[in-house]
Amino acid sequence: MIKGTIDKIAGPLVVADGMKDARMYDLVYVSDYALIGEIIELKGDRASIQVYEETGGLKPGDPVVATGEPLSVELGPGLLTAIYDGIQRSLDEIRKEAGDWITRGITIRGLDHKKEWDFKPVAETGMEVSGGEVVGEVPETEVIMHRVMVPPGVKGEITWMIDEGSYNVDTIIAKVKEPSGETRELQMYHNWPVRKPRPVAEKKAPEEPLLTGQRVIDAFFPLGKGGTACVPGPFGSGKTVIQHQLAKWADAEIVVYVGCGERGNEMTDVLQEFPELEDPKTGKPLILRTVLVANTSNMPVAAREASVYTGITIGEYFRDMGYSVALMADSTSRWAEAMREMSGRLEEMPGEEGYPAYLGTRIAEFYERAGNVKCIGGDRSGALTVVGAVSPAGGDLSDPVVQATLRVVKVFWSLEARLAYARHFPAIGWLDSYSLYTNNLKEYYNRELGDEWVLMMKEAMALLQREANLQEIARLVGAESLSPEDQLILYTARSLREDFLHQNAFHDVDTFTSITKQKIMMEVIMHTHSEMEKALNTGVSPRKLFSLPLKEEITRMRYIHEDNISDISAIKEHVTSQINGLIEKEQTA
Amino acid sequence: MIREYTTTVEISGPLMLVDGVEGVAYEELVEIELPTGEIRNGKVLEIDSRMALVQLFEGSSGTDISRSKVRFLGKQVELGVSEEMLGRVFDGQGRPRAPFDTAPPIVPEKMVNINGAPINPYARDYPAEFIQTGFSSIDGINTLVRGQKLPIFSGNGLPQSIVAAQIARQAKVRGSEASFAVVFAAMGITFEEADYFIRDFRSTGAMDRAVVFMNLADDPAIERISTPRMALTAAEYLAYEKDMHILVIMTDMTNYCDALREIAAARKEVPGRRGYPGYLYTDLASIYERAGRIKGRKGSITQIPILTMPEDDKTHPIPDLTGYITEGQLILNRELHKKGIYPPMDVMESLSRLKDKGIGEGKTRGDHADLFNQLMAAYSAGKDARELAVILGAAALSPLDQKYLKFAGEYEKLYISQGEHENRNIDETLDLGWELLKLLPREEMKRIDPKRLDKYWPVSDRAKAAGS
Repeated sequence: MIKGTIDKIAGPLVVADGMKDARMYDLVYVSDYALIGEIIELKGDRASIQVYEETGGLKPGDPVVATGEPLSVELGPGLLTAIYDGIQRSLDEIRKEAGDWITRGITIRGLDHKKEWDFKPVAETGMEVSGGEVVGEVPETEVIMHRVMVPPGVKGEITWMIDEGSYNVDTIIAKVKEPSGETRELQMYHNWPVRKPRPVAEKKAPEEPLLTGQRVIDAFFPLGKGGTACVPGPFGSGKTVIQHQLAKWADAEIVVYVGCGERGNEMTDVLQEFPELEDPKTGKPLILRTVLVANTSNMPVAAREASVYTGITIGEYFRDMGYSVALMADSTSRWAEAMREMSGRLEEMPGEEGYPAYLGTRIAEFYERAGNVKCIGGDRSGALTVVGAVSPAGGDLSDPVVQATLRVVKVFWSLEARLAYARHFPAIGWLDSYSLYTNNLKEYYNRELGDEWVLMMKEAMALLQREANLQEIARLVGAESLSPEDQLILYTARSLREDFLHQNAFHDVDTFTSITKQKIMMEVIMHTHSEMEKALNTGVSPRKLFSLPLKEEITRMRYIHEDNISDISAIKEHVTSQINGLIEKEQTA
Repeated sequence: MIREYTTTVEISGPLMLVDGVEGVAYEELVEIELPTGEIRNGKVLEIDSRMALVQLFEGSSGTDISRSKVRFLGKQVELGVSEEMLGRVFDGQGRPRAPFDTAPPIVPEKMVNINGAPINPYARDYPAEFIQTGFSSIDGINTLVRGQKLPIFSGNGLPQSIVAAQIARQAKVRGSEASFAVVFAAMGITFEEADYFIRDFRSTGAMDRAVVFMNLADDPAIERISTPRMALTAAEYLAYEKDMHILVIMTDMTNYCDALREIAAARKEVPGRRGYPGYLYTDLASIYERAGRIKGRKGSITQIPILTMPEDDKTHPIPDLTGYITEGQLILNRELHKKGIYPPMDVMESLSRLKDKGIGEGKTRGDHADLFNQLMAAYSAGKDARELAVILGAAALSPLDQKYLKFAGEYEKLYISQGEHENRNIDETLDLGWELLKLLPREEMKRIDPKRLDKYWPVSDRAKAAGS
């Protein structure tokens, strides 16, 4: 253990002398309060330390103790349903210990070491195992089976295995004799340094979409399981609502939600809502498959920097068990700002807008930890999907954080203030957003929805593109003076926007739409389009056609429950008969 | 332990560098005795084993290097709190502020560190109780709830003070007669503006339930850093220990941020956007996040910070970062103001993020959410029609667009606009919304649940509405 003394204090940065043998990113305890910090720079025997708690009241000469271990998280049963701060301290436990406000110098371990879990061994004495191999199972919550794995790096023969029973996480559950002759004792948990990606056997391209129940995403800009996406947008454009919707409805088995430097009340909302919300797949509360990391904007800035790493390490751990994990980080801009603040205090040469020059590297490293993978130690596949919200200054997409993020992510959901003001939610702009997974996912969609789906989506997107061009002309000359065909394009594009893309997150039915329902809804709109096209060809006036009372029924289809999907299909016939009726009337007249 | 030094080596702007100090702590409170005997206050901004960098709250004029005595007081900046604070006016350091308050200092019940500590998100209770402000444009559209932080983004020459004073006067929780106690923090505003608030509070009797912290435009700029923290410390004491519902009004946050920039510049820090320090977001969050409700405690803190957007630019760092922290924003619009509409509330750009949990059955009324969505959609369509009319002439609009155009005008005139002493209750606001919607065809009510539409707008009304 290395002991030094404080020389200088400036905000969250503390410089200590006498730290000669300390290592970069080692965890340190600062002063008699034992504030937690991390070494971020070494110069001779001087160490610069970012401190994860308030530094008011510290004095030069106070002691600093380096633990010799990097900042790590505890990985084992008990992660699910937890809510952690940026350095994996349970906020629930902090409250029990310190009351309603977070005070300093509280040491709380990531897992509950007293709680007993029902452990069932799945490996046997004599088996050869290596890192990642599953040796036991623990029903962590009603919906998730926690697979206890050999920690990466351990390899050898199991010489002893505990019997089935209830144990706490400290209990030794297996002994492994390594080739070197050394015996390693395994517990239900192990530590892992947050800044080091966990190893995988193989990375693959995403093959399946992460279905979200959000129509604009699933239909137009799908995200692959194991992929990466970013949601930049100005404040008030609905970033957080989208992140919440994904956390609630995305078909991932595990959700890790990182609230990084955001509002306290938003985290409270998640905390109060998730235990009550029902998971559409299991019928059990969503919280049973969720891990929350909350470092709100008024909590110490250095811990904010660590929070995204804490979150993604937990995500990787569940991925290694063979689960599909979705990680939402809201907002990566606050993480970048924390980096900027520490960089400024270290008096590093700044890059763009004061951000450190290594901003792009750090962001790329973070998103590269996502992936669709073959896990180590057995025949399992897992996926870690990462969705990062970005809050660019003034909503300006030339912001360095947005640009660095766009270089690495494959899906871009562009939130537009213009749509948000018109209360078009989700405010994902259809003209600028993109997904580079559409080709990877084509096979899946063809299999699940038939070949016509992809074609229909292309056609719909083309209509929306045409609308954007036509609107400018319509603005100058008036919609009435456009050709009937162009008027129809405007009519259908409007229907696509209002009846398909627009989705109310706060309506019980509309908040989630299965892809089956999405397909039928889209068919109704496109069917209406082609029937109207036919009618126009027979010479029916657009005005009469557009004032048919069929719009009301189409508008209501989003509120039709998933169980009554046939009611939506029936709309197609109503549309046809109404339009045919009009054609007949016109022709007899 | 008090230690006194006369080893100042450098004074620059509001900063003072003291050499050879020992045992001094980061953020410790400092007292400086000038040769004239005058006492100034400050705090330790940076410390190493030899030197302490001290920030002077009242500025450095009159201080000198050789004779000023610097005393380190062994504690951080604190405010003495007690219920006696109600009805009093303090300066940015918590001392009675003449000429508004000439009474002797209060006898504190206890001393509290003004920086506060972050509320554990686990201990927070989600704000969900509707506050009726009496403004349709707030209650109906951008509803305020207890424990929310909802700033007013204004511009030079807009009536933000009148709006804020009216909110302070009218705010109440529905169905309860208990009114709010107001904690008012003035930062760098003029005497006239401050006087307006105080006179308004006095004339309505609100002053008995108000605590005022005042740092005027000619007071030391550096004192502005502690003013909001003093005010919030008082608010936390009253809310969480004395079970009161507190409305904190802070004006003007732009002056606060400029003071922060002044110190950052004096410290020669690497500047971020527009010269503001890179930690502006974190610093503002440490103020705004002190709003809220706590499980098991009766009181609440609702914040209405006011800021002026330089050149009405919402993307300026101050409104921008504020918007990312607060739960929405109320934006005042110059165009509406010029049209004579009071309050000139830009309902399209304004937003209350906590509205959804604070409205509906049992809170306001079951139809509130749908009605809100429909009004917004209709007003948006109306504004589009207005733009179109500018290019094409109103006569060239389709009959439907003409209806929307008319709707937009009436909406601004009847719904947004109201008198400075007009206090509309929520039912009046909602009913007014339905009346206005009836200017449009019933088929256009796409955002309203059909059952609800039948209740508030029966089909039999269709003929009547279409005729209007």
